[in-house]
Amino acid sequence: MRLEYFQLIDRIVDLNLADRKISSEATLPTTSTIFEGHFPGYPLMPGVLLIEAMAQTAGWLVVALNRYERMPFLAAVKEAKLRTFVTPGQQLSIEAHLVHDGSGFAITEAKIRADGKLICDATLTFRIVDFPNTEMVKWMRETAERIGLTVGARANV
Amino acid sequence: MSSTFESIANIIAETCDIPRDSITPASHAINDLGIDSLDFLDIAFAIDKAFGIKLPLEQWTQEVNDGKATTDQYFVLKNLSARIDELVAAKGA
Repeated sequence: MRLEYFQLIDRIVDLNLADRKISSEATLPTTSTIFEGHFPGYPLMPGVLLIEAMAQTAGWLVVALNRYERMPFLAAVKEAKLRTFVTPGQQLSIEAHLVHDGSGFAITEAKIRADGKLICDATLTFRIVDFPNTEMVKWMRETAERIGLTVGARANV
Repeated sequence: MSSTFESIANIIAETCDIPRDSITPASHAINDLGIDSLDFLDIAFAIDKAFGIKLPLEQWTQEVNDGKATTDQYFVLKNLSARIDELVAAKGA
């Protein structure tokens, strides 16, 4: 996990397109400039970044379900609950599933656990649009490879 | 008044916190009721679930953008009701 670069997913653990669900893992760094401000002497993972980690995991599910041809953008966050503090070095297990596959949008539910304990959960809505440019397509493909998603793969169908 | 219209009027009232009495078959969801595209996703989700269909929002938007249709055809509620009835009928065919 590289907080400053919004790289919040280390690896995809499981992608099940048939059941429309995904899980990922991420380990918080022990040091980060973000922890210097949030908060001095009491470093905590910002709640908005926990939501972003859920959104990235759910987003990869939507990308895979759309065969890597379209891009989901986070559009709404509902029923978000941040249940406990997350501190540097903790390992997170993130899971998401598709609730609804709409025309140009998707609704997902996601949650994060640490040591089996529920940390946070939310309902996340995405708009699904064509990739705005080839640079983003390239970046998404590179990121997919980095986190263990093979572009075009249909894992656990 | 069709039951489809009643259903979508109730969905809109509940989803967007709009007084039910102000929603009529002639209401335009965007121009009269002030529903924006993000709120309409919530409405589409509720309609998809309630009727077991998938509103073709992307196709409708494309047709409007291409000048092949007007927003009235899809977003005036009596017309939206008719489109939903067609989708439900097509599903059962």
